[in-house]
Amino acid sequence: MGAQLRVFRGRIKSVKATKKITKAMELIASSRIVKAQQRVLAAAPYTDALVRAISAAASNGSTVHPLTHPRGDERIRAAVCFITADRGLAGGYSSNVIREAESLTNLLHDEGLQVKHFIVGNKGVNYYRFRERPIAARWTGFTDQPKYEDAQSIAQGLLEALHTPVEEGGVDEIHIVFTHFKNMAQQEVRVRRLIPMEVVEVSYDEAKAENIVVPLYDFEPGAEQVLDALLPKYVTNLVWNALLVSAASEHAARRRAMKSATDNAEELIKSLTRQANQARQAEITQEISEIVGGADALAAK
Amino acid sequence: MSLTVSLVTAERLLWSGPATFVLARTTEGDMGILKGHEPVLAELADGAVVRITSEGEGLVTAAVHGGFLSVDHDDVILLAETAELAEEIDAARAERALERARAAETSLVVAAAHRAEARLRAVSGLRGGVHHR
Repeated sequence: MGAQLRVFRGRIKSVKATKKITKAMELIASSRIVKAQQRVLAAAPYTDALVRAISAAASNGSTVHPLTHPRGDERIRAAVCFITADRGLAGGYSSNVIREAESLTNLLHDEGLQVKHFIVGNKGVNYYRFRERPIAARWTGFTDQPKYEDAQSIAQGLLEALHTPVEEGGVDEIHIVFTHFKNMAQQEVRVRRLIPMEVVEVSYDEAKAENIVVPLYDFEPGAEQVLDALLPKYVTNLVWNALLVSAASEHAARRRAMKSATDNAEELIKSLTRQANQARQAEITQEISEIVGGADALAAK
Repeated sequence: MSLTVSLVTAERLLWSGPATFVLARTTEGDMGILKGHEPVLAELADGAVVRITSEGEGLVTAAVHGGFLSVDHDDVILLAETAELAEEIDAARAERALERARAAETSLVVAAAHRAEARLRAVSGLRGGVHHR
């Protein structure tokens, strides 16, 4: 076998091995998207019930809560929390989030605010560590299958920063950057302001029109205490939902990246096989012409 | 028509169905809910046990950690970050967790101890059988 042919065969073998791996990863990601989507759907009843309870408590009385109202006139520092993946091989998933977080950071800087970064996922952490930028807090190791406790610990970290006085490094507002799962083919990076919260106060007519009239609840122990207890749960729930849709998006991005890698490998195998065939044919042709040339030389004697 | 009860946790809808009576412990004390109860939004006590006398499924007992109760037009929603049905609780495991938590007895594990106790209460209620039936 000629040297050229051997090189081609070696490359075909290695590309085939890579293709097997990317194909397997594609299948795994596909099956996990479905599971991740089901978790997003399963979390919906809680969100609905929580939102109803909060709008009931918030529209009752004139409670001014630090989570819904800015605590001072001056905004000094903001927290930006963004959700990236722990592992790569997911196309532009993490870099899209990081880019959006960067532009949000620049926007906040332009408004004269200091920005602290709270990072979820190894990719974001590494990006900041490599550039030697400060990280306020980080959480890693669960982005593809988040647990509720993870959302709780993130929300707790964010709320702690909020309750710290500004002079000691506390923040006035919290933004979260995550990837929304629109459908299998489309995911988009979204920015949401967590705090100050936008509690939607629906007017009576609107509520009546949409048939969501909030009854005159009796609160136990009291409207304010109930709201106090509800709002941190609301923040946790927002973080939880962001984690869930981001996980679904991560799997979708990984599936797409792995699918194109598999397609690319197939393409490569095809063209390499052609080149190998050509090399083999050239070798045979050369051998024949050598034999014929040799025979001619002998016959001519 | 009786009560429509749903028990939702952050991760999923744990149980829902028609019921005649719901007993839950709020921060203010035990609260029993029958048909026609006035609209109320109450905070549940930490590590509370909720008993739902359902129509058809008998008594449904659950350990609820950090939750709320809302009643509105015979619609009862029990909202909890985490909750477990008594049937799904592993009593032996909860007992071990309680022992561990008691041995350590720091502020961090007190919450774990409360959770374990609530689980055990929920299970014992299930074994006891006839509560508010």
